[in-house]
Parts: sequence; structure tokens; C-alpha cells
Amino acid sequence: MNARLRWRKLVSGFMLTMTGVCALVAVSVLFFILGYFVYNGGMSINWDFFTKLPTQVGETGGGMANAIVGSAKLLLLASLIGVPIGFFGGIYLAEFSSTKVAFVVRYAADLLNGVPSIVIGIFAYALLVLPFKHFSTIAGSFALGIMMIPITLRSTEEFLLGVPRALREGSMALGAGKWTTIMRVVVPAAYRGIMTAILLALARVAGETAPLLFTALGNHYWSPGWNQPTSSLPVMIFTYALSPYEEWHRQAWAAGLVLLGLVLMVNIVARVILSRGVAVPRS
Amino acid sequence: MATSSINVPSASPVAGSRSFLSKLRNGDEIARLITFLFAATVVLITVGLVVELWIGSALPRHKFGFSFFVTSVWDPIAEQFGALPFIYGTLVTAGVALFLAVPLGIGAAIFLAELAPQKLSDPLQFFIDLLAAVPSVIYGLLGLFIVIPMMRQWIQPALKNTLGFLPLFQGPAYGVGFFTAGIVLAIMVIPYIISVSREVLLSVPRDQREAALALGSTRWESTWKVVVPFAKTGIMGSIFLALARALGETMAVTMVIGNTPTISSSLFSPGYSIAAVIANEFTEATGDMHLSALIELGLVLFLLTFILNGLARLLMLLTTQRGSGMGHA
Repeated sequence: MNARLRWRKLVSGFMLTMTGVCALVAVSVLFFILGYFVYNGGMSINWDFFTKLPTQVGETGGGMANAIVGSAKLLLLASLIGVPIGFFGGIYLAEFSSTKVAFVVRYAADLLNGVPSIVIGIFAYALLVLPFKHFSTIAGSFALGIMMIPITLRSTEEFLLGVPRALREGSMALGAGKWTTIMRVVVPAAYRGIMTAILLALARVAGETAPLLFTALGNHYWSPGWNQPTSSLPVMIFTYALSPYEEWHRQAWAAGLVLLGLVLMVNIVARVILSRGVAVPRS
Repeated sequence: MATSSINVPSASPVAGSRSFLSKLRNGDEIARLITFLFAATVVLITVGLVVELWIGSALPRHKFGFSFFVTSVWDPIAEQFGALPFIYGTLVTAGVALFLAVPLGIGAAIFLAELAPQKLSDPLQFFIDLLAAVPSVIYGLLGLFIVIPMMRQWIQPALKNTLGFLPLFQGPAYGVGFFTAGIVLAIMVIPYIISVSREVLLSVPRDQREAALALGSTRWESTWKVVVPFAKTGIMGSIFLALARALGETMAVTMVIGNTPTISSSLFSPGYSIAAVIANEFTEATGDMHLSALIELGLVLFLLTFILNGLARLLMLLTTQRGSGMGHA
């Protein structure tokens, strides 16, 4: 073996090892984050965190019950806005649309998907906060709902297109109309994939903070109804982390652990279902 | 009976409308219409967003014109608005992020696509996907309580001692600033670079590798000189995608950048970014002009990400088409 070849092999081995190191570093970040949150959040989390309201500055104890409920309300209303538009829009794209219309809708959805979340917040502010002159759960949900649309739409379309043509033809041959075929045959066949995609969309907007800053704002107490400012977990983490109080930092870690745990859990479940049952759509 | 006669095609001029009516009765046409309305809503929202940003930013656009982008006085009281420090901060932090994330991300993608057996590659990709799902406020929290103290105590002093002759690494080590924001952003965008680049690398035809190996190249040479150039445009796409994410990222940057509008050659200096100033000042905007100026910043952010995402999609499309055997390298 001459020296040149030996050198080339050495370079090859070294560079390939380096790529492995890169992968290791990238993945280890996840475990670092998890470890840190479990350690720091785990020390501060307790039953009060889930059941009590935030205390005044200086008092210890208290929790974020209002933020947890607020986040749940925001997500519920956001899905009521985002899921139908995405789902039925996706059906239109996969089943009815002409290529030209489909291109425009797809383009709009992809564009919307790339818009920074803070800009979506500005849009919701201009539409639902400015005219009514107060912040509200509705405005926050609207912002989050918009963010759910592109994911729901594109994955509904992908999963519907993945349903074999033979199923449709079989249903049509039995005399079913197009709509009956879609609702009774095609959608049930793609149901699992669509549901998990919606779950992933929910998990994504659950952690969104920027669009809530000037739509749902925040609230130190319970937020009655839908037309009041409400606190939410991500915004609480943000304000508490930037506050100068040690006690609030503790709470921020606890809230971070809850949020991170929920988001990762949903992601793991959804991705395991996807990888087992149905083909993962390529975005 | 009336219902059956409708289904009979006839030569009368109303035949078209009749068959339309019959379809309507079946529900298909109604379903088409309703689902169309939902699809149209998506387009409407997107158009509405652009229109809203354009109208909302009319005041400063007319008053300041182009000088909005090149002056650096941001004074809400005097109603003087120049966005240069924010644009500068956004670009610098994104630049630092890419500088760190691109080599690491592409290296990891090469490992996942070329080297690791599928049994190892798939679970690793799974973890990378999870990393991409971590909310940005979580990264902000980590940045605030871990990265900032680390920067202040170790990394920034060390950089000053070794590379301090460069203007980039001078000035006091506050911990917060462009550099810290860039590092946090790098951690956030690495998963995007890895996922997309891996996908693109996997789409490179097998015979490309085999040909290179058959010609006597080492494993690394076949990867670096054949596979990576083949996937180049797609990898560029992943970088644009990451850049778009980095420019629009709000929470993590707001928490670590220091929120001081400065233009400084030092990366250690505290700064500000477009997204951060919107997040901080929007609810406390002092007047219409202030609010509109912030909306114009939103418009700038929108346009930047719009262009970058478009480029990214185009580039990725080009490679996947090439990979599917449409042409050759």
C-alpha cells in the first residue's frame, strides 16, 4: 500500500468519524434538554402547580392552573377553527379540484406555513383585537388556528391521495355517489393518518408563544368565557423566565417541563402510529 | 314523477342546468361547493394577511420611504423610525446560526444517509424530528439560564483570549448578545438542515455511489466528491429553509439577544432583532405611527421568509427531480 493511498484512507476514516460526531452532538442536544428540564422542573413541580392560581410577587407557592386551562381553551378553539378548514380544504384538493385551483391553494397553504408566527400574531391582532379594542381568547385561538391549517390541509390531501383507486372504484361500482364514497370509504381508510397529523399540528401550536403575546395577552387570574385575555403556558414561561424573582424562575422551569413533556409525548405517540400504520406524507 | 324526469337527459336548452340540478340532489355538487369554500378560505386568509400587512404599514411607508431601512434612530416619542439596527441584528444572528449549523447539520445528515445502517439511522432521525418539535420558548428558557451564564463565564473569555485580535470578538462579555442568540438559533435550525439534507442525500441514485467506488475512490471521496455535489441544490434548499426559520424566530432570540438596538462589529455586543422588537413593543406601542412601523417590520419579515421559502422549495424540487432519473450530474 503506497503512502498516498494510506493517506486517502486515513482522511476517509477521519471525515466519516467526524460526521458521526456531528450526528451524536445533534442528537445529544435532545437528551441534554430533556435531562435539564426533568432535573430543574422536577424539583419545582408539585400538585399545587396544577391546582392553584399564581401568587403575588414575594409569596411562595401557587401554581399555574389558570394557564393550563387557558392553554386548553386556546387549543380547543384553535382546532375548531383550523381543523375544519384544513380537513375539508384537503378533501377538495384531493378529490374535486382542478390542477390549477389545487396549485393556488397548495401554494397559499405552503406560504402560510412559512410565515413567522409573530407575523400571524400581527394579523390576528389587526383582525380581532384592534376592532374590539381588547385582547381575547378568541383572537389567540384564531392565530393558533391559522397556524394549524396548512399542516392539516396538506396531510389530509396526502393521506387521501394515498388511498388506492380500487377502493373508490369499488364503492362507485356499488352505486354510491362521489360524496358518499369519500365520506364512507376514502376518509375512513385515511382516518388514522389524518388524525395523527392533526395531533402533530396541535402539538406544534401548543408551544407557540409569539402569536399569543398580543392576542391572548396574559392574565393573572382565571379567564371567564372566551372574550377576555387569558394566560397560557408558553406565555407564562416567557414572562416568568424574564422576571427577576427566583420563585418565578422555579415556576417557569416547572411549566417548561409540563409543556415539553406534553409536546414530546404527543409527537412520540403520533410518529409511532404513523410509522407503523400508514406511510408518512412527505411535505 | 318530477324527480325521475329530471334525470332524463334531454335536448332542451336547459339540459345543462338540469343535470347540474340532479347532481345537486345527489349532494356531490353541494359537497364540491362546500369543500371549495373551505379551500378558498385558505387562499383568502393568506391574501388577507398580505393585504393587512400592506395597509397596516402605509403610514411609515409613506412618511419614511426607503430611509426606514437605512436609518438607525428608533424613537417612538419623536416618531422617528429607522429599522437598520433590527435588520442588522436579524441578519447577523441568522448568519452566526448558519455558520455553526450548516457544517454540523450537513455532517450529521451525511452520517445518517450514507454511513449509518437503517437500524441506527431511523431512531436517530426520530430523535432529530423530536428536537424539531421542541417549542421555541423552551429553547429560550435554556438559553436564558444555561447558555448565557456559560457564554459569560467561559466561552466569551476564551474566545477573547484566543481570537481577540478580530473585531468580532472584542468588547465586554455580557453573555447576552448577537453571538448567544446565534448559538441558540443554530441549535434550533440544525434539525431542519439534517432532516431535509438527509432526505435529499437518500434520493441520490445508488449507481452514482457505486460508480465512484468502482473507480477506486474511498468511501469519503465517493460521498464528498460525488454524492454531495449531486445533492448540492437540495442541500442549499435545506439551508434556505433553515435561514427562513432563523430570521423569523422570535421567542428564543428575544430572551437572549439583550434587546438593545445597536449596530456593532462585535458579536459580543447586545443587539435587537426584527421579531424581538415586534414581540416587545407591539402591545405597548405609543401611537399609530409606532404600531404601523412595527407592522412594516412584520411585512419585511414576511417578505424575507417568503422569498427564502420559495427558493428553498424550488431548489429541493430541482434535486428530487434529478434524483428520480430525469437527468444526470
